[in-house]
Amino acid sequence: MALRVARKLAGLVATLLATSFIIFGAAYAAPGDPVTFLAGGKENLTPEYLAAVRAQYHLDDPFSVQYGRWLWDALNGDLGRSFQYNDEVLDLLAARLPTTLGLVAYATVLFVVIGVALGVLAAVRGGRTDSTVVAGTTFATSVPPFVAATALISVFGVQLGWFPVAGGGSFTHLTLPAITLALGAVAIISRVTRQAMVEQRELDHVTVARASGLAERLIVVRHVFRGALGPVVTMCGLVSAGMLAGTVTVETVFGLSGIGSLLVGAINTHDFPVTQAVLLLMVVAYITVTTLVELAQPLIDPRARIERSRA
Amino acid sequence: MLLSVEDLTLEAGGRRPILRDVALQVRRGEIVGLVGESGSGKSTIARAVLRLLPQGARVSGRVLVGGEDVLTMDDARLRALRASDVSMIYQDPRSSLNPVRRIGDFLTERMILTLGRPAAEARSRAAELLAAVGMRDPERRLRQYPHELSGGMLQRVVIAAALAADPALILADEATSALDVTTQAETLALLRTVQAERGLGMLFITHDLHLASAFCDRVHVLYAGTVVESRPAADLFADPRHPYTAGLLGCTPELGDPRPLRPIPGRPPSLDDLLPGCPFSPRCPHAEAECETWAPRPVAVEGGVAACRLIPVAVQERSPV
Repeated sequence: MALRVARKLAGLVATLLATSFIIFGAAYAAPGDPVTFLAGGKENLTPEYLAAVRAQYHLDDPFSVQYGRWLWDALNGDLGRSFQYNDEVLDLLAARLPTTLGLVAYATVLFVVIGVALGVLAAVRGGRTDSTVVAGTTFATSVPPFVAATALISVFGVQLGWFPVAGGGSFTHLTLPAITLALGAVAIISRVTRQAMVEQRELDHVTVARASGLAERLIVVRHVFRGALGPVVTMCGLVSAGMLAGTVTVETVFGLSGIGSLLVGAINTHDFPVTQAVLLLMVVAYITVTTLVELAQPLIDPRARIERSRA
Repeated sequence: MLLSVEDLTLEAGGRRPILRDVALQVRRGEIVGLVGESGSGKSTIARAVLRLLPQGARVSGRVLVGGEDVLTMDDARLRALRASDVSMIYQDPRSSLNPVRRIGDFLTERMILTLGRPAAEARSRAAELLAAVGMRDPERRLRQYPHELSGGMLQRVVIAAALAADPALILADEATSALDVTTQAETLALLRTVQAERGLGMLFITHDLHLASAFCDRVHVLYAGTVVESRPAADLFADPRHPYTAGLLGCTPELGDPRPLRPIPGRPPSLDDLLPGCPFSPRCPHAEAECETWAPRPVAVEGGVAACRLIPVAVQERSPV
């Protein structure tokens, strides 16, 4: 058990190391010179000034030295200073993170509840309900988020006036963005739930339960849905983890100052430290969520516990 | 009469019915065998007793359990019948149990959720049942998951669950076929014991005619959804009257028997084979032209019935078919 946890942790560290290298390398290789932005405009571009700026940000060091320095600082909790805002990156992240986390959490609650409910409904009712759910969720996925966002804003924000059109800070501010974010996920989750339940329903032990006189409602809850829980939870985790890195569009459209809009701004201004930190944060968040889902599997399926103790 | 199936015909889309005019009876305290190849409709009969019918099945005839027709009763009565009057034991114990629930949940589910017993009482009853089917340390077993038990132990669990509600009738659908030989013998002995102790009626379904004749009081032989022979086990084994029964006995090897193995030629009919006459006629060594149009009906023979056109002739000539 201790060995398994150690191996797992070592794997996580290796993954993080590899992604940090790729992220740093990508930022390094990106076209454009950050110095242009750092210098603050073309009129300031005297060679002496450029050299001074380069020296200040260690931009003349070899790649490996730059990477090593960045990694060491990051490990010590220093993600550097933003080129653009001249602020500690850590402070920028701390200010932006709650909005994004809140948005993703809100969207997750929405797509889990609605997606699972629709999937169960489609599997249990079948027939016309099934086709309606499939058609409706397919339609919802095929609408691009920025279109859905615009439609939601114009109906619920402008015409009905139920929700604020832009800006953040409160639950109601996050409602429309969360709905936009959840729309595509509902289709995935309802599809996975429906499929898993249909597969479970065909299993012998479900017939056995039916033959023992159990009411149909209890069969669905205790056997069919219970059996389908594994794939459903896994999929919810993956989708939710993916959202952490996919809030860019929604944040931009709704004018939320979250991690996504921070990233877009940072890329546009060649703000390396911020870009790197945000990307690394997204990777960390993704890995954390998927690891949590993996750790939850033995709780859902006792057979996974055996493999675990054997591993 | 505990179980009485009368003229049960069941169609589900194929060109021929899955079951055709099936009749069989099980009395209290009696073990009745139901023998046939795969696809002959054995399991369909057992499932029909619990009204677990294939999708879109059209069914006629009657299935009486304790005088009540299962096919026409309302849903509440049907659930009560499934919960407390009739229990089924299945071929593969490993797929009969929900893999993510404990043995204890499987055993107490029916008692708590359908019979409404208190949880604590159900739990102690479950432990008693496990002890009754010969499992050591029942309290620990209750907390285990199906994958932690062997196939033989799981079949004991399934048998214990079948006894949970004190049913009058047990349907054993290939209950020992998926087990290895020693476990099979233990399970058979256990089934016989609980059946005798409780005076249960049992419908014992198997593809093994030898096993059926050793284990059962009476045996029905099923071919393509039709009962072709129905007689006391000993008579059937000693002197099969239907050519199919004789053919089944002929294709099992026996120690000290000099006869060569004689597989039945041809293949079992599928649901898309239209069989206007005797269903066995295409594979029957004695078939005559008339057999292909003769609708099978039971003909009285010693101890029971057989559905063969040639039997009266055979009786007159005193020669086994």
